[in-house]
Amino acid sequence: MSLDIDGYLGIHAKALAVRDKRSAVIANNIANVDTPNFKAQDIDFKQVLKQFDNKLPMLETSHSQHMKPQDNLLMAMKFRVPQQGSLDGNTVNKDVETTEFARNAMQYQASLNFLNSKIKTVMTALRGE
Amino acid sequence: MSLFSIFDISGSALKAQSVRMTTTASNMSNADVVSSSANTTYRPRYPVFQSIQQQANAAMELEGNAGAQVSAINESTKTPIKRYEPDNPQADSNGYIYAPNINVVEEMTNMISASRSYQMNVEIMNTSKQLMQKTLQLGQ
Repeated sequence: MSLDIDGYLGIHAKALAVRDKRSAVIANNIANVDTPNFKAQDIDFKQVLKQFDNKLPMLETSHSQHMKPQDNLLMAMKFRVPQQGSLDGNTVNKDVETTEFARNAMQYQASLNFLNSKIKTVMTALRGE
Repeated sequence: MSLFSIFDISGSALKAQSVRMTTTASNMSNADVVSSSANTTYRPRYPVFQSIQQQANAAMELEGNAGAQVSAINESTKTPIKRYEPDNPQADSNGYIYAPNINVVEEMTNMISASRSYQMNVEIMNTSKQLMQKTLQLGQ
């Protein structure tokens, strides 16, 4: 049995990277809470993770100019649907953004915990104590 | 790693919000400064915010804006308040003085809004710092 670390860590390592990016996007929304005409954005987490999942069918491309279903996050970046419009054209909702940031931080920690226990399992196996 | 870029993003917002606080302080402290002509009267200043695009984009590997900055500080075009105070040494030949057209309530709400936004960005930085520390301790 060869040691496939990437396969062993599984989806959590990839999820961690996406959570990391998402936290930056939400932090940017909060930074621009008073910027006129700023539109809040977010990453569609499910859509990004789907790209990592090989079992699901990927987008077929039959032309060189077609969008390629790479693992970049651009395709998963979406504008948030504003709950209430504001006069200056800003769509950042403080409550929504802070909640999403907190949720994302917790999920990041959950992924970290999974990774941590996986690493510890491997360490125990390697030590053989 | 994007968590590092959060320090740039939230840091830029802190800077922008503190400029807003400074202009509010300047407006409030000059609220009672009168002068003898409308042209020399203090005019309240208000910053205009703008989102910024910089190297942080590369760090985030995303297209879009990262952070906020003050694009301009606008002077209010409201005409100064003309008051008849012939005894005031600052009064002009007709006995009028000119006071800046500053609404204290407006300034106070502006200040509270700025300080709340500032706090929010500090919270974001704190949370990211904790996440980073936990990440660095991974596997220990």
